[in-house]
Amino acid sequence: MTVGTGGSRSAAVGRRGVRPSRGRRVFQAVNAVILTGVVIVTLYPFVNIVARSLSDEAYLISGQVNLVPRGFDLTAYKLVLSDSMFWTNYRNTVVYTVVATFIAIVLTTCYAYVLSKPQLKGRGALVGVAVFTMFFSGGLIPNYVLITSLGMKNSIWAVVVPNAISVFNLLVMKAFFESLPVELEEAAAVDGLNTYGTLLRIVLPLSKAIIATMVLFYAVSYWNSWFTAFLYLDRQELLPVTVYLRNLISGATGAQSAGGVADADAVQAAATLQSVTIVLTTLPILLVYPFVQRFFVSGVMLGAVKG
Amino acid sequence: MASETLRRPEGTRPPALPRTGPDRRTRRRRGWRQALRRDWQLYSLAVLPLLFFLVFRYLPMLGNVIAFRRFEPGGNLFGEYWVGLRYFRMFFTDPTFWEVFTNTLVLGTLTLLFCFPLPIVLALLLNEVRTRTLKRFVQSVSYLPHFLSIVIVAAMVMQLLSVDGTVNQLVRGLGGDAVPFLQQPEWFRTIYVSSEVWQTVGWGTILYLAALTTIDENLYEAARIDGANRWRQTWHVTLPGIRPTMVTLLILNIGTFMAVGFEKILLLYNALTYPTADVISTYLFRMGFESSNFSYAAAIGLFEAVIGLILVLTANTISRRTVGTSLW
Repeated sequence: MTVGTGGSRSAAVGRRGVRPSRGRRVFQAVNAVILTGVVIVTLYPFVNIVARSLSDEAYLISGQVNLVPRGFDLTAYKLVLSDSMFWTNYRNTVVYTVVATFIAIVLTTCYAYVLSKPQLKGRGALVGVAVFTMFFSGGLIPNYVLITSLGMKNSIWAVVVPNAISVFNLLVMKAFFESLPVELEEAAAVDGLNTYGTLLRIVLPLSKAIIATMVLFYAVSYWNSWFTAFLYLDRQELLPVTVYLRNLISGATGAQSAGGVADADAVQAAATLQSVTIVLTTLPILLVYPFVQRFFVSGVMLGAVKG
Repeated sequence: MASETLRRPEGTRPPALPRTGPDRRTRRRRGWRQALRRDWQLYSLAVLPLLFFLVFRYLPMLGNVIAFRRFEPGGNLFGEYWVGLRYFRMFFTDPTFWEVFTNTLVLGTLTLLFCFPLPIVLALLLNEVRTRTLKRFVQSVSYLPHFLSIVIVAAMVMQLLSVDGTVNQLVRGLGGDAVPFLQQPEWFRTIYVSSEVWQTVGWGTILYLAALTTIDENLYEAARIDGANRWRQTWHVTLPGIRPTMVTLLILNIGTFMAVGFEKILLLYNALTYPTADVISTYLFRMGFESSNFSYAAAIGLFEAVIGLILVLTANTISRRTVGTSLW
C-alpha cells in the first residue's frame, strides 16, 4: 500500500521494518489532531487577552473579541502606563525579585554544597532537617504570627526572607555538586585552598549552568508570587505588581456582583484595564521564556535523576 | 559573620559534658570533635541556612501550640494559657468545617484524578511524534502556563468566563443564554479542575518524557518479535518503564492532596460559590484574618497538616511494600 510514488526515502523507511500500517497512520493522524488541540487550547487565552487589551470597549461588551483586536484602541494602555502606582508596584516586583533571588541563591548554594560532601559527619541529619519541611509545615497562622512578632510586617523582609530556600532546588543543586569530580577539589586542597576558597574559586565557576538555572527558578517564583505580599504588606506603595493586578480584579468583580447596572461603563473599563495589566505583567516572562525554557527543563530533570 | 565561629553548628552534640560516660560515648564524642576540627569551615557554611530552617520552618511548627492555647493577637508567640482540645472540639462540631472538609476532599480527588494521569497520556502521545521540531514546539507551548503567576491565571480564567468572554460567546453561538459561571457554585469544580489541568499538564510531562528516553530499545524489539502490537508494547514495556516516575509523582501528589490550590481558590471564589469552592485552607484563612480567631484557625491548619503528613507516609509505605519505589 505504501509503495506508490513515495520515492526512495519512504521506501527505505519501509524496508527497515517500521512501515506504517493502516492503524498506525490513523493513530498518527489522531495524535496530530489531539496535539494541535492542546496547542490551541493552551495558546488561546494568551492571544485572547492580548486582543482584548487592544480592543475598543464597545466590542468587548458585545462579546466580539476573540483572536483579533476589534476597533484598535490604546487608551487602556495609556491609562495603566500613566498610573504612577502601577510603576511603583512594578518596580517593587523587580526589587523584591532581585533581592530575594540573591538571598535564596546564597543560602541554597551554601547548604547544597555542605550536603554534597559524603564524608561529612551528621550529613544525614542535615538533609533530614531540610527534607522534613517538604512534608510538614507550620501552616499559615503560626507563620503569620511569627513574621508579625519578628516585626517584619510592612517591610521587604517579609517577602524576601521566609521563602529563601526551596528544598526542591536545594536537592537539585546537591545532586549537581555530587556529580562534580572529587579530584578537582582534592587538588585544590593540596594546593592550599581552604573550603571557602575551593567553593568560590573551583566549584562555583564550574557551576555556572546550575546557578543560572537556580536564579531562573527563584526569580520566576518571586516574580509571580503574590500571597506573601498580600498578607504582610498593607501599604499600597509597597505592593508588587501581582497584588496590584489582584486588587484590580477583586475591585471589578466586586462591582460586577454588587452594582449590576449601576456602573456598567466602569466595570467594562476595568475589564480592559485588567487585560492590559495582565499583558504588561506577563510580558517580561513571555519575552525571556523562549531563551530560558530549556534551562528549566534540564533543571527539573537533574532534580529527578537524584531527588 | 563573626558569630559563625562562636555558634556551634546545629546537629552536633555539645561535647562539654563531664568525661565520665561509657567508652562508646566518649569515642562518639571524640568523633564529633574530630569532625568539627576537620570540617568546621563546611559546618560554618551550613549555619545561616540552618538558622533559616529553624526560624522560618521549625519555629512555626512549634507555633502550632497556639492551637491548644488561647492566643491574643499581638501577645505571646506561643499563646497565653492552655485550653486543651477546645478549638479542635469547636471545629469538629462546626457544620461549616464539615462542608469545607468535603469540598477539600472532592476538589483534591478531582485534581488527582485529572492532573495525575493526563501528563502521562500527553507524554505518551508526544513520544509518538517523530518530527523533532514539531515535538519540541508542542512541548514549549504546553509548558508555558506553568510560568505564569497564579494571579494572571485567575485573571485569564475570569476574562474567559466573563459574561462577554469567549465561553459565553460560544454558549450564545449555540443558542444558549450567557451563564455567569463564576457566580454559580455548580460550575466551580469544573472551572477549578480545568484551569488546573491547563496550567500543569504540559509541565507534568517533563519527567515522564525523560523517563521514556531511558527505556531500553531492545525491550521493544523483543516485544515486537513476540508479536506485540503497539498497544501491547505500550502496556508491557512503556508503562512499566516509567512506573518508578509515576509512583514517585503519585506519592508527591497525594502529599499535596489536602492543600488543594489555596491561592487559586482564594482568587477565584466568592461568597456565592462558597458551597462548592470553600476548602479547609480558605476557611482557615477567613477564620484567621477576617475573624481574627487565630487559635481556631491554627487548630484547623494543624489538623490539615497532620492529615497531609499521614497521607504521604502511608502512600510511601504502601508503594515501598508493593512496587518497591519510595521517596526515601
